[in-house]
Amino acid sequence: MKRLLATLTLCLSLGLSVGLSLATPARAVQPDEMLSDPAQEARAREVSKDLRCLVCRNENIDDSNADLARDLRLLVRERIVAGDSNEEVKDFLVARYGEYVLLNPRTGGANWLLWGAGPLMLIAGLGIAGVFLRRRSTAAATAEAGLSAEEEARLKELLKD
Amino acid sequence: MFTELGHFALVLAFAVALFQSFVPLIGAARRVPGWMSAAEPAANAQFLLIAFSFAALTYAFVTSDFSLLLVVNNSHSLKPMLYKVTGVWGNHEGSMLLWVLIVALFGAAVSWFGSNLPPTLKARVLAVQGMIGAAFLAFLLFTSNPFLRLAVPPFDGHDLNPLLQDPGLAFHPPFLYLGYVGLSMSFSFAVAALIEGRVDAAWGRWVRPWTLAAWIFLTIGIALGSWWAYYELGWGGFWFWDPVENASFMPWLIAAALLHSAIVVEKRESLKSWTVLLAIIAFGFSLIGAFITRSGVITSVHAFANDPERGVFLLLILAVFMGGALTLFAFRADVLSSRGVFSLVSRESGLVFNNILLGVAAFVVFVGTIWPLVAELAFGRKLSVGEPFFNMAFTPFMIAIGVILPFGALLPWKRGKLGRVARMLVPAMVLAVAVGALTWAMQSERSALGPIGLMLGSWLVAGSLIDIWSRTGRGGGRLGRLRRLPRADWGKAVAHAGLGVTMMGIAGMLAWQLEDIRVVQEGDTFEVGAYALTLEGVERVQGPNYVSTMGHIRIEKNGRTVGMLDPEKRFYPVARMPTTEAGIDNGFFRDIYVAIGDPQAGGGWAMRSYVKPLANWIWLGALLMAFGGALSLSDRRYRVAAGARKAAPQGVPAE
Repeated sequence: MKRLLATLTLCLSLGLSVGLSLATPARAVQPDEMLSDPAQEARAREVSKDLRCLVCRNENIDDSNADLARDLRLLVRERIVAGDSNEEVKDFLVARYGEYVLLNPRTGGANWLLWGAGPLMLIAGLGIAGVFLRRRSTAAATAEAGLSAEEEARLKELLKD
Repeated sequence: MFTELGHFALVLAFAVALFQSFVPLIGAARRVPGWMSAAEPAANAQFLLIAFSFAALTYAFVTSDFSLLLVVNNSHSLKPMLYKVTGVWGNHEGSMLLWVLIVALFGAAVSWFGSNLPPTLKARVLAVQGMIGAAFLAFLLFTSNPFLRLAVPPFDGHDLNPLLQDPGLAFHPPFLYLGYVGLSMSFSFAVAALIEGRVDAAWGRWVRPWTLAAWIFLTIGIALGSWWAYYELGWGGFWFWDPVENASFMPWLIAAALLHSAIVVEKRESLKSWTVLLAIIAFGFSLIGAFITRSGVITSVHAFANDPERGVFLLLILAVFMGGALTLFAFRADVLSSRGVFSLVSRESGLVFNNILLGVAAFVVFVGTIWPLVAELAFGRKLSVGEPFFNMAFTPFMIAIGVILPFGALLPWKRGKLGRVARMLVPAMVLAVAVGALTWAMQSERSALGPIGLMLGSWLVAGSLIDIWSRTGRGGGRLGRLRRLPRADWGKAVAHAGLGVTMMGIAGMLAWQLEDIRVVQEGDTFEVGAYALTLEGVERVQGPNYVSTMGHIRIEKNGRTVGMLDPEKRFYPVARMPTTEAGIDNGFFRDIYVAIGDPQAGGGWAMRSYVKPLANWIWLGALLMAFGGALSLSDRRYRVAAGARKAAPQGVPAE
């Protein structure tokens, strides 16, 4: 779906002149890239899913067909074989390419806004809804409690006519 | 010749749209019947003119008129006829023409089906719809003219992007546009109501079918795109949280919230100003979607390669319509006083929670989508927000919706008792816990995702069954009454169950998928899960405008042949692009999915094979949601509304 829309955008907005990663024949993870140790390979796959193919549109290097993604996949595996932990591999890539390479942004700095947006909005929404619902339900209570003494008197007066 | 006529018709349509934007509006303000009723012929004329223009462009594509720049860039004489036609909207200019065609179609539909609308409201709705049409016609004519000619036509075209030459994708854009643009109808009704200063039950009843229709189309459009990605990309992904995808998902979420809150307006005359605000925001997200898709600002690091003029124009449209509508809302919202009263535990409150969760979910998607832009502009940080973030930040809200949905659906209007509803739902709870425990025990991995997803899904499906059963009342003859229930009740149950089915599909596929990547020699057999796959041969096949490398694979289980798959790798020489056509053996409980890759230096082929449990449930659920919406849309009260209104105020003679 992403590629579909990315492609749509591609031809919609850029015209077909820019082929980008689509024209490269390499495809996602290849058999010759894979590590022989299944545990290490599984870790490499897991790390790859969090890393962005830098020349693609929001694609992780595990799914990307671009040559650069292949290079990064090999690099990730190299680091894992060298004994890095998953976090160390990511740190290595961030040091090299900046935090742009992480698909899962870190929580530090202004990013708390990004991570907090949902929960904060939920609390705000619940708060506003709470006030609104309380008002609605007390309105219900008065409506059922019937008329005030004043209204009662007024009603009697009207009915007399 | 035909082309020039098409261009001319488009200019005329722009003039008509301008007329439609102002004359009925002034007429409604001054109560001039003639000026108000001018809206209907204008809406019809605008529609016919744009339809003619669209037909002219289609004709150019079908006859491969390579004197048109657009046809040269997006077509080829050898392309199959289906894709010559769908190529009309497989590009920016053509898709924009389809967009204005649908805007005009919805406007005309108001004049066809809106005979029971009060004349001032109808005039105002059509005027606002005319403004939207005029804005996009101006965008089309001034920045994206599809009818540009070439002085020296080439012998043949550059072909349509091969990825778009696919039945699933061919009809994906029209459905999405029907959805996006359908929300313009709710927007027009909302703005018209603000100008009128009146929102009542009748307004809710008029606005709901339009929103529902838009939501159905969006559901189908998104599902088609997701299904396409699944079989075309070669590894079976179905959703990627790409900005452009999010652009279609945000309006879907808001439209879902809107069609629920419009129920409260229709049935209980409450939540009026909130519903109007949602209608405005829903179309706002449609416009943001158009902006994201067509400007490239957020999606791409290559934004500079784009035409900034278009992005600015769209931003202007967005600013004018949202700014105008929200300002109007700020001034007029207090006029829309709500009458209905209800207690804290009631269907109304349940729908308020639904709206909060859907709204916040859409907000999370929105923030995640624009955050890279904000972070770069405001904090100088260049970062990415991708799939892992959305999975983590968005999913909890969907789980919450799944948990509370059956409660909300069963609560009565005005005042309910939570204990009573919970007692009714005991069978669903028991079933859900049993399903969760069973799948937890049966799975070989210790993943929480699968059991939780299946538990939630079966809770929703069983909850919907209880809901529809509870509609039949008490005593005997309940089965008979089940058949005679209003279609809206069935629609509600089917759509809610559909959400459960989709949740089960997503959880099952993500949790229990088996993957196998290897080099396979012809004649080799390898095992994926319980299945033995044999590559029997690979051959070259010549297609109409491509060459294909096609593998033949036999699938066996316990020595019995289950099926044959022919995965392809195609190459389109004109566009110089490869595509993957995966071979998929569809099953109710699992798909077997094989994609063939490149030939290897040492002989053999790279192959990716998957067993994907419950894969089809994702789209089956989406289909059920759309079908539920359609059932509800065909409910009697919408179909007979026009006739009933005329017959109602007859009065009975006094005795």
